Amino acid sequence: MASPVPFDYSDRVLKPGYTSCLGCGEALAMRIVAQTVGPKAVYTNCTGCSEIFTSRYPTSSWSAPWIHSLFENSAAIASGVYYALKHKGKLEGQKVIAMGGDGGTADIGLQCLSGAAERGDDFLYCCWDNEAYMNTGIQRSSLTPLDASTTTSPSGKVSWGNDRPKKDMPAIMAAHNIPYVGVGSCGYYRELPRMVKKALSYEGPKYLQVHAVCPLGWRSDPARTCDLARLAFETGCYPLYEIIEGTTTPHKPPKEGWKPVQEYLKPQGRFRHLFRSADGEQRITRIQAQAAANIRKFYGDDAVPDFAKEAEKKAKEMTTAQA
Amino acid sequence: MAETQEILEGAMAVAHAVARCRPEVIAAYPITPQTHISEELSQIVADGDLDAEFVKVESEFGAASVVCGASAAGARTYTATSSQGLLLMNEVLWNIAGMRLPVVLACANRSLSAPLSIWCDHQDAEAIRDCGVIQLYAEDNQEACDQHLIAFKVAEDRRVLLPAMVNLDGFLLTHVFEPTIIPDQALSDQYLPPYKAVLKLDIDDPATFGAFTEPDKCMEGRWMVHDACRRSLPVIEEASAEFEKVFGRASGGLLENYKTDDAETILVAKGSISGTIKDVIDEMRDEGTKVGLMRIKTYRPWPGEAVLAALKGAKQVAVIERGGSFGAGGIMTPEVKETLYDAGLRIPVSGFCVQLGGREVPPDGIREIIDRVSSGEKQTAYEYFRLKQELLPDLVPEV
Ligand SMILES: Cc1ncc(C[n+]2csc(CCOP(=O)(O)OP(=O)(O)O)c2C)c(N)n1
Ligand code: SF4
Ligand SMILES: [Mg+2]
Repeated sequence: MASPVPFDYSDRVLKPGYTSCLGCGEALAMRIVAQTVGPKAVYTNCTGCSEIFTSRYPTSSWSAPWIHSLFENSAAIASGVYYALKHKGKLEGQKVIAMGGDGGTADIGLQCLSGAAERGDDFLYCCWDNEAYMNTGIQRSSLTPLDASTTTSPSGKVSWGNDRPKKDMPAIMAAHNIPYVGVGSCGYYRELPRMVKKALSYEGPKYLQVHAVCPLGWRSDPARTCDLARLAFETGCYPLYEIIEGTTTPHKPPKEGWKPVQEYLKPQGRFRHLFRSADGEQRITRIQAQAAANIRKFYGDDAVPDFAKEAEKKAKEMTTAQA
Repeated sequence: MAETQEILEGAMAVAHAVARCRPEVIAAYPITPQTHISEELSQIVADGDLDAEFVKVESEFGAASVVCGASAAGARTYTATSSQGLLLMNEVLWNIAGMRLPVVLACANRSLSAPLSIWCDHQDAEAIRDCGVIQLYAEDNQEACDQHLIAFKVAEDRRVLLPAMVNLDGFLLTHVFEPTIIPDQALSDQYLPPYKAVLKLDIDDPATFGAFTEPDKCMEGRWMVHDACRRSLPVIEEASAEFEKVFGRASGGLLENYKTDDAETILVAKGSISGTIKDVIDEMRDEGTKVGLMRIKTYRPWPGEAVLAALKGAKQVAVIERGGSFGAGGIMTPEVKETLYDAGLRIPVSGFCVQLGGREVPPDGIREIIDRVSSGEKQTAYEYFRLKQELLPDLVPEV
């Protein structure tokens, strides 16, 4: 047996010892992004899990300059940092990275982010999309997917959980005509460094959204975090792509073909209520139809598998029957 | 080098005084009656007369957040607002104070909605009274200009490191033309050297800002804001004394005591209403009434010792306010009472809200208040002065 190689954390931007849950996709994504960007950057953070699990006074995990102000102003704080460094002529060789959860980004912080993007402020904004307000106990956000049960969109006798589809946040950012919009995943963590480097090769506002599995909030097995994140993509539930200077490039399609959404939904407690009745099955059909539309949008109609088209047809019939 | 007076609108004068402070990052959002300050500053920057970043933010919340980030990165920063805008900044201002960032801002004091009113009162600034922002109040435009220099000086002092806000009455000062001296640039530079942050977001010396604390540590962090704010009192006096030395005119300070030495009745007020009050005092002095004014120039930190020294000889005190705590009493009135009470003094203190939403209080109103309190009238509750009964419909249902 080979003797154990001691870990060397000396070059880590985000030092180990932070207090995230086991299997936290957000921590994984943030660590990799920060490692790619490096210590020559100022990091700003929304209130939320990532802020809390890295900054308990006096034991910050951050070895780079880092600031957390409020829940909804990570982007505006980054703008302020950017203008200060610009004025002092210190931008050379130094980046500004803003970070926030899906709530801090797409809900309460959308205004500050839109303002910064519209102004053309030069920084990379990273949204850790774990699809709910996790830090406060799994409440729904506008990025919570359809039918996910959260503490404010619970499933119940007359509820299927979150009653709205996920907001298309990357499209909103792309509509600001910024040079880089990327949608990545903690399941494809090896690709994050490339995406970050690509983003940072452009001047101006950049937006990177990373699908981040939250075992606590999704009620999933912490050991399956990366596996689940990949399934989100492989079922068409969470498309991965980049919009670079207006041109959209989707992630290469799954090698073994698109999978039925059940494979992604079933291992998650937040969707468990869908697997308990025939009505629930109908709800899954709707989710499958949505996934079909996602696949069509990025890969064309030919790419949509038959089972998904079938689901689309059924979903349409259900809607017509209702009307 | 002589400084010359110009006839300038208040907001314009303030903008030019701010420019002399060489802020590096300015972020502001339009709101009447503040708007002329930020418009003029953006023009000054556009003309190349001030080397600064003027950030076109999408809201006052954004403005406060941008200056927060810029200040944390070591820049001298400035913003200006009013009313609803100040309240939109509220959350950030507490945060800025907690992170000990010396942001300077102006508040063109204006009423709060509803009903909507663009006119002056002090409810906006008083609503953020407790957040750790130093609050200075100007009586006239010259003072508003000078207090900006003093605000930067105090805020950036290592013994303080807190945000500071200069209050100037909306319209009554911002839109009024007065002869004003714009502080000379060379003198301003001498008075206010470039800002050097003690701690900043610096890749060569990284620090964590805005960490979270658990109950065993949080209270001390918050107390330090309180302590720094209290400690700024002598620093404000020092900075005001130095201002006089450099510019040759007195400005700033904690209080102005106008004919209070032998006064039996002392009024307490802040802001531009003091001008009217002084006129009435002059008239009544001629008639033999011993009345004076203690004008609050520094409202936060509360200059308790100076207040006590000014009021302790009075027979009665009347606090003239432009705000109130709905469902309770005044804002400043209880503070004056507390100061006297703590010193064991039982001088009767009456409180009057004389204006909300810009209604004029004519000299005869001030005179009436002085007459009433001087005659020994005892107040049972904070009074909203000269409410128009005919405008109060029977909206209140009979219980
Ligand atoms: C103005 C304000 N409203 C609400 C909160 C409470 N709060 C803190 S974090 C949070 C949710 C964070 O969710 P998200 O941004 O998705 O980050 P996550 O914790 O999921 O990583 C909420 C609601 C707050 N801190 N500030
Ligand atoms: S609650 Fe979720 S996002 Fe938060 S630390 Fe735990 S796993 Fe990560
Ligand atoms: Mg979240």
